[in-house]
Amino acid sequence: MKPAEFDYLRPASPEEALAALAQAGEEARLLAGGQSLMAMLNMRLVQPALLIDIGALAALDFVRLEKDALVIGAAVTQGALERRASLAEEVPLLALALPFLGHYQTRNRGTVCGSIAHADPSAELPLALVALEGAVMLRSARRRRTLAAADFFAGMLTTARRADEMIEAVRFPRRRLGAGYAFREMALRHGDFALCAVAAIADDAGLRLAIGGVADRPVARDFPLLEADALEDALDDFAWALGAGDDAHASARYRRSLVRKLGREALEEAKCRRG
Amino acid sequence: MPARLKAGKRHRLRLTLNGREVAGEAEPRLLLSDFLRHALGATGTHVGCEHGVCGACTVRLDGLAVRSCLMLAVQAEGRRVDTVESLAGADGALSALQRAFRRHHALQCGFCTPGILMSLSDWLARTPNPSEQAVREMLSGHLCRCTGYAGIVRAALEAAAEIAEDREKAPHDV
Repeated sequence: MKPAEFDYLRPASPEEALAALAQAGEEARLLAGGQSLMAMLNMRLVQPALLIDIGALAALDFVRLEKDALVIGAAVTQGALERRASLAEEVPLLALALPFLGHYQTRNRGTVCGSIAHADPSAELPLALVALEGAVMLRSARRRRTLAAADFFAGMLTTARRADEMIEAVRFPRRRLGAGYAFREMALRHGDFALCAVAAIADDAGLRLAIGGVADRPVARDFPLLEADALEDALDDFAWALGAGDDAHASARYRRSLVRKLGREALEEAKCRRG
Repeated sequence: MPARLKAGKRHRLRLTLNGREVAGEAEPRLLLSDFLRHALGATGTHVGCEHGVCGACTVRLDGLAVRSCLMLAVQAEGRRVDTVESLAGADGALSALQRAFRRHHALQCGFCTPGILMSLSDWLARTPNPSEQAVREMLSGHLCRCTGYAGIVRAALEAAAEIAEDREKAPHDV
């Protein structure tokens, strides 16, 4: 399995990349870490006329701690973020989710923004972004705009990004005082696509649960501080609302049971970690 | 190398392979794994699934273990690439990691071995005193159809202990 032919552009700046993207439109693909796109090229699921490689652009290789968010540039690899010593303090949910993301070898090259752009429904980073109500910072040759995570993900491998836009950075909101975070995932083996992945946030006002791998995109729901049977009922309702389907890896029924079980475990853990 | 490389044309590129400056020609679509094997003759790197799942083609790019099938040869321009050929000494003496693999029968057919060795040679240097669970999680990025992993895990843990010992003896020379 080898890619079909394409031109390869190594721009000297984000501006040059965006100019090329504006010109080529849907004929072009942005390449950063390539841990999803290269596999799709090899299998010829995509055959762009032009690849624009932004992975080595120093201007996009930044992690910026702002007052309310950790802003991660388009060239930052998942491995680099995982090795950031202060991550668990800044965005605990990311530190919990990253070890589940692919494998050590793919995290070394795959980028944070690339995984968001790929928008696989079972991917951990889109799930974390939706759970935390983060944002995607898009830029074209003409303008910049920022979309809330919930507005960015539009379905299976589909986003609100326009053909002339690149994800310049993503914003993950910082740890909230008094909140607890937890992450759970079930896959056939460690690093495989999640059959169900769960991110939970708890504080003294309520609970928030986000689910990946079940619907066609990550979905979050807020609950009051429920206990016991009331929580079971709420989780069961959420599990059905996600519209799970059967596939070769798991039945819809099994996925619903994972939502209930992993959801309850993660919420309990998040509650314990409040403070 | 010009900024825009045309499809179907071969472009000259340079990189550092196992400490030596090398050059070769590649079309934009040529994978790094194929470039290493066919253009540079470094056939120690094996090619399995070609979509990033099996780990056989793992090499080190500027020190980090990565899949060479999920990278274009032209992306390695100016970078340092290390393959399994770099592990043994110039006299053919095996590294501590390779010796541990031999002692524990951590390979049978050997197809997956170069990738696993390249992952471990990077990961063990970054991960002092790893737990068995951590070793197994790292190895989830590699498929081995022969050994059942028991020998590989034992060899990795023993090599980790040996590396830790060496580090204590000569802390500046890891």
